Amino acid sequence: MQSDDVIWSVINQQFCSYKVKTQTQNFCRNEYNVSGLCNRQSCPLANSRYATVRETEGVLYLYVKTIERAHSPAHMWEKIKLSNNYMKALQQIDQELVYWPNFTVHKCKQRVTKITQYLLKMRRLRLRQQPKLVGVKKKLDRRDAVRERKALSAAHLEASIEKELLERLKSKAYGDAPLNVNESVWQAVLDRERKADKGLSQGEELEMEDDETDEELEEELEEEGWGEREYVSDLSEDEEDDMNERLTARMQGDGSDEQSDEEGSDENVDDEPKPSLGKRKAKSIPPKRQTGKKPKRGPRVEVEYEQDLETVPLTKQMLDSW
Amino acid sequence: MVSGPRFEPSLIKNKVKREDVYRKRKKAKSQDKLQRRLAQAKLEANDPAAKQKRKSENVPHTLDNMREFDPSILTAELEASSSAVPLDVEGAPKTPEDPDPNAQPVNETAADIASDDFAAYFESVLDPTVPPKVLITTGFKATKVTYDFCDELSTIFPGAEFIRRKKGKGFEMGKIAMWAGARGYTNLCVVNEDQKKPNAIIVVHLPNGPTAYFKLTSIDNSKRIPGHAKATTHYPELVLNGFVTRLGHAVGRMFQTLFPPMPEFQGRQVVTLHNQRDFLFFRRHRYAFRSPEKVALQEIGPRFTLKLRWLTKGIPAVQHMGEPAKKLRFDTDEPNDQAPQVAEQVEKCEDAKGASRQLVQPPRQNEYLWIWKPELETTRRTFFL
Repeated sequence: MQSDDVIWSVINQQFCSYKVKTQTQNFCRNEYNVSGLCNRQSCPLANSRYATVRETEGVLYLYVKTIERAHSPAHMWEKIKLSNNYMKALQQIDQELVYWPNFTVHKCKQRVTKITQYLLKMRRLRLRQQPKLVGVKKKLDRRDAVRERKALSAAHLEASIEKELLERLKSKAYGDAPLNVNESVWQAVLDRERKADKGLSQGEELEMEDDETDEELEEELEEEGWGEREYVSDLSEDEEDDMNERLTARMQGDGSDEQSDEEGSDENVDDEPKPSLGKRKAKSIPPKRQTGKKPKRGPRVEVEYEQDLETVPLTKQMLDSW
Repeated sequence: MVSGPRFEPSLIKNKVKREDVYRKRKKAKSQDKLQRRLAQAKLEANDPAAKQKRKSENVPHTLDNMREFDPSILTAELEASSSAVPLDVEGAPKTPEDPDPNAQPVNETAADIASDDFAAYFESVLDPTVPPKVLITTGFKATKVTYDFCDELSTIFPGAEFIRRKKGKGFEMGKIAMWAGARGYTNLCVVNEDQKKPNAIIVVHLPNGPTAYFKLTSIDNSKRIPGHAKATTHYPELVLNGFVTRLGHAVGRMFQTLFPPMPEFQGRQVVTLHNQRDFLFFRRHRYAFRSPEKVALQEIGPRFTLKLRWLTKGIPAVQHMGEPAKKLRFDTDEPNDQAPQVAEQVEKCEDAKGASRQLVQPPRQNEYLWIWKPELETTRRTFFL
């Protein structure tokens, strides 16, 4: 026995589990409700003749309920698949709901519109890359902050930077004529090195840090050692080096400047291909040397150029005595 | 020293007397300590070996020298050979005498490192006087603080260029990286912000990656550093301290590629990235050698701290790269309509492929080489860099 008025009076005046009361109006939580409002016209329970549109996984269905099927709740709703085409879906609603009240037809069409819009928006959003949201973990952050503070105090940043810079200065990483060092300081560094060499040549034992430096020193020792015999061409060393460079360049076909430069200077010979972090050695500047030193050949005449630094205006006397 | 039987000053009832005794005792104790120290100093002044011995015996235990052994720590031989790896005193634990079976063979590691993504920079294929181009940008919806920080960042890297992030679809990080790579940029820095403060930097090495995500904390702008120096446009020197493991080396090398390979020493500027317990402290100083034993440092700024969160292979992923927006499927009356549309789409795709032949396409999914998780830190002595 179906009586819409009795049902509505119960829902309206007594109780409905789908009803949500707010201060201004009442809403309905029933999934088949076409408008979402709680009123006589759009109540899916109190209307034996009812139609709505629902979406399941992107497909629209028109649900129709008639009084003829009221006795079997399992088959109460007739489910009609609507076309993907919006216009066609509207037409379908018109066809299915001929002679239905205007309210129902209109609300169903409105629902089709709304659902199509939100499906479109969903697809659009799916394509856009959204930033990934990550939760803020206060405890981890706090712990990290404390550890950072302690790590900072353990790092002794300035001291370690100073140490590294001094090491670079002493290992001549800045080249033979460094631009970033005062002349007096650089002289002091060189002096110190010379002293160390002398000490070694006199037979004092010095602790060496690496094998490499040992070798270097030995080489230098050989060069400076007294009484050693060497057979040299009449070209100066520098020139010889240059010659070698030219030769090697010709042999290899490509004059790679950097390599030849490093061959020229004693310090930068080794450990080039090894992986290194941070330290970049300065290249020595050979053109300067070339211009600075000339081959010592034949008798030489020293020419002194006098330069008048003060420009005194010529007086008559001076002109006369000229 | 108070002589006589031992007693506690706290037992004295009279407050004035108690305080007096307590003070005297304390003074005597400190005097005693001072005398001991002076004596020691006198002794050691004559005998430097004794000082050395005392110092070598009294090494305090720190997290750094008790660090858990990591098989990817580059072994001592390599460290010795690459003189440039500046291992500080409390850097890595000394490798055990007997060769560890898990330890990687040195040559292989060295070869591996030499052939990584940054090899082009280190093999000096590029002109050393031209600074590498670095593109700096922000996340979506950045605010003033982040823009200020980006401006500071762009003063650090000589080849840096700051461009505001465009909004909307098509400006995903992967796509920006792709285009920047094709335009000759070698690095991309993206500064992310949260709650109107910069909180992360993503560094992408172009054109083939990798990508590293760093947490960014304790930022101090130059202006906030009292007595700071002014930066010049000279290319700075680099100091990379304490990078020990393979991962650490990768990070260090990545950082190095942001700077021109040949510093201009006359500028006397040094940029430091110091790794201590996985925190990377960034500092920038101007230095002056006062004597062979002394350097004067003046900070230029800014300061900030980085912490590696993850490292991925390749440039950042774009999930829907190259996919045209999927159209709503409409049932149409004439089935003939669809055929030409499909044909057009295929042509468009081919066009896109032709144009982007030199471009390195971003992947669909990020491939993580390393990712930080709290459970990785089994002890407080575990460090990864």
